[in-house]
Amino acid sequence: MALLEIDNLTVQFPTRRKTFTAVKNAHLTVEAGQIHGLVGESGAGKSTIGAAVMGLLDPPGRITGGVIRFRGEEISGLDAAAMADLRGKKISMIFQDPLTSLNPLFTVGQQLVETIKAHLGLSEAEAEARAIDLIERVGIPNPKERVNQYPHQFSGGMRQRVVIALALCSEPDVIIADEPTTALDVSIQAQILDLIKGLARERQVGVILITHDMGVIADTTDVVTVMYMGEVVETGPTAQVLGKPDHPYTKSLIAAVPRPTLKLRRFPLISYGGRVTGFAIEDLARNWPKPEAERGAPLIEVEGITKRFVSKRALLPSRREYFTAVDAARFTINQGEVFGLVGESGSGKSTIARMIAGLYAVDGGTVRYGGRDVTATARGVPDWYRREIQMIFQDPYSSLNPRMRVDEIVAEPARHHGLLKGAALQARVSELLDRVGLGAEAGLKYPHEFSGGQRQRISIARALATQPRFLICDEPTSALDVSIQAQILNILKDLQEHLNLTMLFISHDLPVVRQMCDRVGVMKDGKLVEVAETEALFAAPQHPYTRELLSLMPRLDGLSDEGLAVA
Amino acid sequence: MTDTPVTPPRSAPRSRLSMAWDSDVAHAFRRSPVAMISALVTILMVGAAICAPLIAPHDPFNPATLNLMNGFTPPGTPNMFTGESFFMGTDDQGRDVFSTILYGLRISLFVGFAAVGFAMVLGITLGLIAGYVGGLVETIIMRVADVQLTFPAILVAMLIFGVAKGITPPEYRNDVAIWVLIIAIGLSDWVQFARVVRGATMVEKSKEYVQAARLIGRSPGAIMLRHILPNVLSPVLVIATISLALAIIAEATLSFLGVGAPPTEPSLGTLIRIGQGFLFSGEWWILFFPACTLLILALAVNLLGDWLRDALNPRLR
Repeated sequence: MALLEIDNLTVQFPTRRKTFTAVKNAHLTVEAGQIHGLVGESGAGKSTIGAAVMGLLDPPGRITGGVIRFRGEEISGLDAAAMADLRGKKISMIFQDPLTSLNPLFTVGQQLVETIKAHLGLSEAEAEARAIDLIERVGIPNPKERVNQYPHQFSGGMRQRVVIALALCSEPDVIIADEPTTALDVSIQAQILDLIKGLARERQVGVILITHDMGVIADTTDVVTVMYMGEVVETGPTAQVLGKPDHPYTKSLIAAVPRPTLKLRRFPLISYGGRVTGFAIEDLARNWPKPEAERGAPLIEVEGITKRFVSKRALLPSRREYFTAVDAARFTINQGEVFGLVGESGSGKSTIARMIAGLYAVDGGTVRYGGRDVTATARGVPDWYRREIQMIFQDPYSSLNPRMRVDEIVAEPARHHGLLKGAALQARVSELLDRVGLGAEAGLKYPHEFSGGQRQRISIARALATQPRFLICDEPTSALDVSIQAQILNILKDLQEHLNLTMLFISHDLPVVRQMCDRVGVMKDGKLVEVAETEALFAAPQHPYTRELLSLMPRLDGLSDEGLAVA
Repeated sequence: MTDTPVTPPRSAPRSRLSMAWDSDVAHAFRRSPVAMISALVTILMVGAAICAPLIAPHDPFNPATLNLMNGFTPPGTPNMFTGESFFMGTDDQGRDVFSTILYGLRISLFVGFAAVGFAMVLGITLGLIAGYVGGLVETIIMRVADVQLTFPAILVAMLIFGVAKGITPPEYRNDVAIWVLIIAIGLSDWVQFARVVRGATMVEKSKEYVQAARLIGRSPGAIMLRHILPNVLSPVLVIATISLALAIIAEATLSFLGVGAPPTEPSLGTLIRIGQGFLFSGEWWILFFPACTLLILALAVNLLGDWLRDALNPRLR
């Protein structure tokens, strides 16, 4: 008998306009000691399945068909009280964001003890001993001291361990982990996944691991279920599904995953469900100004730039305390190349980008563009330089003003610099929207009418409006699904190739960096530790930190190579 | 993780009106009887105030049309001397109470709207600057706001009124009284706007679209007006509605205390002040009808504001 069985499950969200079916006729079986991966892009219904099992569907969502069985007993029809009893005791959940899953006002120990007492009926002292034991088991050093600390005193990874310890309090049989490592850096991600793997093996816990990350699936799960638009499209042992995918959607999904081991000329865009819209960057090349310098000449020269942020405010400058976000970084970016900056969160990559773009004043060092000094002061950077550079931001949901129409958004840079006006400006906007694959009529709508990938195309159109030579891409695809990421990365590759754009490409995702960049700089704690040609860096990393980062990269060896064109 | 795969929308863009009609706020409005009734009452009152010269049966401020013999006519009964009948009765000077209410509503609503408008402009400006610029400028603006909050609004208004009275020559006093009232109420009300706008501005400022605007070199003023302002307006709208009710009541209070609208241009508050003198001599209608009008108006606007707050912020429900 299976530990957890989801049979023909349908979940619907009735709204006033129409009923949205989030999950349609889904089947899923979890055995004890097994990690069952649930993979799919956003909106595929994977989190909804987790919420349905827990009885935590957001209203107005409800189960309209099928049953969920736990050890053979139906639990989908239970009332709220019976479900609350089951939830936490037999089935626990780990959420994505470790910061919001913990109560900031109680110590970690208090939260654990309370949960243990509620579930197991132990005395205060026994519960405390157990809390310390749990903290130790999830790999937190000095458990006796750590239990008395508050959540804010823990780092992101340690906090997620505490959340896992909380989920283990009641000795559950099933754990549902919803994107448990998405908010964490790679090095911590690997540790948390190892912890989950260990739990499944040693304690025979059944785990449903919900993720959008093929690397996590490949490294962690035994069985995988692929979902698309609420439906299960394929299920089977992980190695088989990833190595020999059957369903065309699975094939397209796997083909879009950036490989750490080989560099592709372009990502294959296997169309599934009519979702790929074409783009035509090469058509922009005709009217694009030729670069002043020849290819390979230094365009951006960064000489020891430093940025300090005030970490403790005070009236007197001598009393202030500072945090050095970027410490004397030195590199050059050559005309026509893509220069990558990689590192974990907080390593200073974005700060460098913002200093080069003139959004942050530089506290030391200089930036030169084509030999001229463009170091950002408190007043920003010179206007001529602003026309030369543009930036594509990480979050497509906040990088477009929600109250502006798309054509106004795209027109704003060119209008501000007085480059074009009237009909010529309209024509440029229409052309740009058309070339990035949205169609000129997209200009009449507002950003909320577009999906994340389409918004990122609007961002690209805006960045191209002044015909810049230098483009800064700050994690341009990290908020996007993998198939959308493939489209956006292809557009960026086209920009570089057809328009001779020079790019600074910032990412924490090493496989993406390998696909995109000619040279890479590795950052750690505000310092640039290594700069090398991309292929050389991946083949023979010099700095120990680079080696560590590369070793943490998911290998993805078992993935199907169908449809890939190697560069 | 909200990136639902949708095929690119290719349909022709809908008109703003049909989008507004179909929006969630409009839908919530159509389903809330309280909101619809209070909106109807507010619109009726504003309409009646605007059209007062057209619909008022008498002109209460034209002495030529007044007949002292009509004084103290009870509502609905014919006057014992002239035989004229008045729907809400008359006051001591023979003025039709219904007509004075219509004209009083004009003054009350004008002062209310103008005061809120003044408070809004001042509050939004200072809030935007404090939130966007930060640092010392923010500290100064917000400390001034804090000090302002420690005074009761009515005290601030009376203070300003007193100062204005002291510096204007007596012959202009009645002319400037209304404007002093507007400034007095507006000044006591800007803090809420400034606080809300400052908070919302700080949230918007950190978003990437503001950085994108800074990147292309837009000036701080343009960023504040063009980019941030439209995105912080929905909480402002809610406060403005609730403030309108409060401003109307504040105006009535000041006028009742005799420091507001002059008797030559009576607002609802002035009418209530005049009427309360006759309450104990049996002429109840002179007080009762203006007071009811004020109550219904303030209640309707307040309920509308409450509903708007819930409708624009679904998380509060």
